[in-house]
Amino acid sequence: MRATASERPPGEPRLVGYLYLLPALVAFTAFVLVPLGRAVWLSFYDWDGVTPGTWTGLDNYAELFSEEALRGAFAHALVLLFFYALLPVGIGLLLAGLVARARVRGLAFFRTVLFLPQVIALVVVAVMWRMIYDPGSGALNELLRTFGLGSLTQSWLGDFNLALPAVGVVGTWVWFGLAMVLLMAGVQKIPASLYDAARVDGAGMVREFFAVTLPALRGEIAVALTLTTIAALRNFDLIYITTKGGPGDATSVPAFQVYDRAFQTGEVGSAAAIGIALTAIIFCFSFVINRTAERGYAL
Amino acid sequence: MRWHVRGAAVGFVLAALVGCGSPGSDDNAQDQGEQADRTVEKPDVAAAGDVTLTVWDQEVRGGQARQIKRLNAAFQEQYPNVTIKRVARSFEDLNKTLKLAVSGPNAPDVVQANQGRPVMGTLVKGGLLAPLDPYAEAFGWGDRYSDLLLDLNRFSSDGNTFGDGNLYGLSQMGEIVGVFYNKTKVSEKPATLEAFEASLQEAKDDGDIPIQFGNLDAWPGIHEYETVLGQTASKEQIRDFVFAREGASFDAPEFVEAAEKLQEWADAGYFTPDFNGTGYDPAWQRFAKGQGRYLIAGTWLVADLNEQMGEDVGFMLMPGAEEGGDPVALGGESLPFAITSKSEHPDVAAAYIDFLTNSDAATVLAETDNLPAMPVEESAIPSGLPADVFAEWGRLNEADGLIPYLDYTTPTFFDDLSGAIQELLGGKSDPQEFTSGVQGAFQEFADQQR
Repeated sequence: MRATASERPPGEPRLVGYLYLLPALVAFTAFVLVPLGRAVWLSFYDWDGVTPGTWTGLDNYAELFSEEALRGAFAHALVLLFFYALLPVGIGLLLAGLVARARVRGLAFFRTVLFLPQVIALVVVAVMWRMIYDPGSGALNELLRTFGLGSLTQSWLGDFNLALPAVGVVGTWVWFGLAMVLLMAGVQKIPASLYDAARVDGAGMVREFFAVTLPALRGEIAVALTLTTIAALRNFDLIYITTKGGPGDATSVPAFQVYDRAFQTGEVGSAAAIGIALTAIIFCFSFVINRTAERGYAL
Repeated sequence: MRWHVRGAAVGFVLAALVGCGSPGSDDNAQDQGEQADRTVEKPDVAAAGDVTLTVWDQEVRGGQARQIKRLNAAFQEQYPNVTIKRVARSFEDLNKTLKLAVSGPNAPDVVQANQGRPVMGTLVKGGLLAPLDPYAEAFGWGDRYSDLLLDLNRFSSDGNTFGDGNLYGLSQMGEIVGVFYNKTKVSEKPATLEAFEASLQEAKDDGDIPIQFGNLDAWPGIHEYETVLGQTASKEQIRDFVFAREGASFDAPEFVEAAEKLQEWADAGYFTPDFNGTGYDPAWQRFAKGQGRYLIAGTWLVADLNEQMGEDVGFMLMPGAEEGGDPVALGGESLPFAITSKSEHPDVAAAYIDFLTNSDAATVLAETDNLPAMPVEESAIPSGLPADVFAEWGRLNEADGLIPYLDYTTPTFFDDLSGAIQELLGGKSDPQEFTSGVQGAFQEFADQQR
């Protein structure tokens, strides 16, 4: 046996592996990396999309902190994070915990119904909720009036304080089905013996949830949180169709600002900078969520 | 092996950056002033040989689509050597893709470029549109329109001055934002603004909705505000502001007065309850079903309202402070047809634009339920609601009383203004804060210009 052969692990030489990656890498480069690099490049310019741009260095990024409208947009995204990610996963956990405890008749049926919002195109969801929220003839206010709660009716999307939560609730409605299905699937693979053991040890319903169900679902929770967090932060279609960022700037979010600046107001550089910042934030969130889940802290 | 990965990553980032010069390189710059000053003969299209004219328009709905199809067919029939390749897009799609299309290598010959700084101004700045002044001279376009209608399509060669300078396009249709009223509830048209307000109070007392209004989409508020502004400020003052002329300001007493009036109306319950949460479409649809006394909206609703309300709906301009005074109303014209600088057949393109806007075209426009921007023969005017609109358009142009949309003012003004009006009407800001805030946004733009 020659010395060289024994030094490397068995099989093909390592470098050949990159050759197998090449086709995918070419596509990835052409359609993801190049546009991304181009966006980074544009973010250093003040450019209206037509006339020659001027190099402004990091000005567009400084604006993210100095311009109130942009700070507001990012703050709104954080609020939506609660409605799009935390709430759906919380509801999903609750349902999963209940399923773990008891046999539910017609589970498949309920699961399908609750998952339905995920299947509908977001544009359709948005148009539908806009109708539901209509102050005059929308289903929500009509319902309140039917039960004699006319005093509670609101201009849901037109009120400066209510508009953001109102859009957020739509997100909760869309995403809790996904969280629930993921987590229920996770619960079903937990060995029944664990629950039996917990019960023998005298654990109640709550104790059982925290001692058995929750730790076993760590992986699923991470997946659900990652998906919903990304959806929350890059949320565009719901806002565009329901409120267009209004009233005032009450529901403006970063992705909407990207669209508005790039296509409406001719601030392409600023739009690119917001997009890049948003990408970085989403990356950080996903990274932290997955790291935490892997190492098993906190959760 | 780690460095391989890192090296590869660096390589890809570099690859991504290669070929990136400064965006929007300056190869279109031409001497526009010189081009605008030259004189041309009226082009002879029949002698131009085989020409394919690529046209990007947004005339895709109902009557708009019918008129452009008829006129395109007629033009090709008259000049068999010309083929029109039409690319039809919705208004929003056109606005979003136009800049890329016009600056690309296969630019269309004729495009509809929306008035104002955001679209037309940017294209002029980039040297992408050809000035039409020589053709205007040759074809006599100046007599076809009232002055403001031409000014709206004018820019200086560098794209910095709006409303003055070279002519870059011609529009086919007129547009007014006025007051639709329900004839079964309004027996006599109010002749003054005061009488109009009294009528609003009367409607309120009857338990009806005085003005149907839905502002969830943010832009309708601009129309309400400017319709009132036309009665508190002079038309010159508003035009000066929109064209960003020296010394013009939004933070003027007349502008505050309009804001006060509008907020008063909102507080007095003259608008649909919860208007900030009500969509534009539901609001006018409720008006069409007979709820509400008035609707402040544009002539784009004429076809729908006419169909649904028939005899029961009328159209008038917002009355001014004094009876019988010259009318002032918000309005403008449809997207102008412009010629790109890259077009190889500018003469044929100019003849095409002439064909779309001559007096025969005006008749076709009237026959297809549109409001021609140019004068139209008496016999072509339809009856019913459109007759009201034609009459008011004529009266308005005779008095030169059109005021342009405020959102033309700066590239970001639509956002600045629509959001501020939602806040004003929602009681989040007072009229003084509103005007000074909007002026602040305008000042930012003005500072950059200088």
